[in-house]
Amino acid sequence: MCERADPGDTMSTPLFVVQLFNGLQLGVLLFLVAAGLTLVFGVMDFINLAHGVQYMLGAYLAVTFYRLTGSFFASVLLALPASMVFGLALEVAIFRHLYERDHLEQVLATFGVILFLNQGVKIVWGAAPLNMPIPDILSGSIPLMEGLRYPVYRFAIIAAGLAVAVALYVFVTATRVGMLVRAGATNAPMVSALGVDIKRLFMIVFGFGAMLAGFAGAMVAPILSVEPGMGDQILILAFVVIVIGGIGSIRGAFIAALLVGVIDTLGRSFMTDMLRLVLAPSTARVIGPALASMTIYLLMAIVLAVRPAGLFPAKGRA
Amino acid sequence: MSAPLLAISGLAAGYGGSQVLFGVDLDVSAGEVVSLMGRNGMGKTTTVRALMGLIPLQAGQIRFEGRPIASAPPFRIARSGIGLVPEGRQIFPTLTVEENLIATAAHRNGGAQAWTLARIYAFLPRLAERRRHMGNQISGGEQQMLAIGRALMTNPKLLILDEATEGLAPLIRQEIWDRLATLKREGLAILVIDRTVDALLRLSDRHLILEKGRIVWQGSSQALASDPVARDRYLSV
Repeated sequence: MCERADPGDTMSTPLFVVQLFNGLQLGVLLFLVAAGLTLVFGVMDFINLAHGVQYMLGAYLAVTFYRLTGSFFASVLLALPASMVFGLALEVAIFRHLYERDHLEQVLATFGVILFLNQGVKIVWGAAPLNMPIPDILSGSIPLMEGLRYPVYRFAIIAAGLAVAVALYVFVTATRVGMLVRAGATNAPMVSALGVDIKRLFMIVFGFGAMLAGFAGAMVAPILSVEPGMGDQILILAFVVIVIGGIGSIRGAFIAALLVGVIDTLGRSFMTDMLRLVLAPSTARVIGPALASMTIYLLMAIVLAVRPAGLFPAKGRA
Repeated sequence: MSAPLLAISGLAAGYGGSQVLFGVDLDVSAGEVVSLMGRNGMGKTTTVRALMGLIPLQAGQIRFEGRPIASAPPFRIARSGIGLVPEGRQIFPTLTVEENLIATAAHRNGGAQAWTLARIYAFLPRLAERRRHMGNQISGGEQQMLAIGRALMTNPKLLILDEATEGLAPLIRQEIWDRLATLKREGLAILVIDRTVDALLRLSDRHLILEKGRIVWQGSSQALASDPVARDRYLSV
């Protein structure tokens, strides 16, 4: 997961702003991972626990291409098609045999894929964390306000994530394939009965989903340590995101990803301080971190209590 | 008579372990309108679902223009030239009316006068008024028109309508029957499932009655009109 600044002793405005940006940055990364997950789940009713693996592979591929080319931009650009090819290979070799199975079998099989690929990564790249440098042009920091600077590279992640979100929105709302993806998310058999090869449509969705998750992994490679299992934790958050957003909804995934990113980050930074306002400091120190790691699950519980199908349900609105 | 457009023979199908259809035979010729009738639970919708490849067949042959299509995936069956207006309309709720029409539109079979958006809007003017509304924001009657328009936009040779007038107001029903009569005059073959016997008597060339998964009666409108026993025995609720 993303590194976070240490929670300060007091809730200062600059710290709050920094954490807000950190939350946004986590949010756009979550969106990149969740976009593919929600469409795959929504269109094909397929639970792919191994989607986080695509994020990990994106990071490893970026590091590898960086070693080959020496260029950050070339490595990210090369990691995109490589992630897509890898995702499509998994789809053809394993996942498409699971669509007709029930959810428990999908969960078990894709969990097996996680274990297999986490080990596979260790064998190919070694167990030690890898890293790659931030490119010169995106290094350094820019001043936000008096006494507050924020790293350029993190801004770049936010900007890239938002740009992808806009491109994805245009794709889903304005193209014929986008219409079919939306239609498939609500009623895949009907799309098929009107003459559309839903399996091919799904391959396209799957490939793009794998590429977006790989893009997220490539983008974080310079700021996180690239290591086996790095996709597992973001996968759990991505599932929280798609459940809150409404399964099959890109718009829901976007809003929920930003919500989860910001609330999780702010919760971890300020929960202890906020509790100190009402509890004894020692009690706050004990309860704060525990409660902080629960905030997004509380959010999910509240959203599900009020809107059981998520914020923007794609299914069952006929 | 030339070989039928659609030829179903010995069709057996069901859900899970239970069998619903026990050897259904059904033909539709080019330009012909055939009605499939029967009480609830007799297998009408199951026949459509099996024909479209939406449920697996247990036995039987299905040919469309002489080519076997049994057990093909639904999209291949649709592409061979069958346009489905399904039970319950099944409009895509998160697409606008216009998107519902164009998302699955196709013109594969080289007919002379292809269905286009403009022609659909002229044929079903209510849809033109509603083109920017989402699929779930229009009335049931408009959804039914949209389901018909959506199927026509695939430029089918055979249109299948499953309970297309169910639950609609009399005026809307009449509008739908009028539109189907127009389609018939233009030479489109139609397989129509409905409960409105009077309207079917006027529209259809032939009628088949399903009872417990078997065709138990078939004949012309004249034969059905003059056979109160069949109507009483198989169709009255």
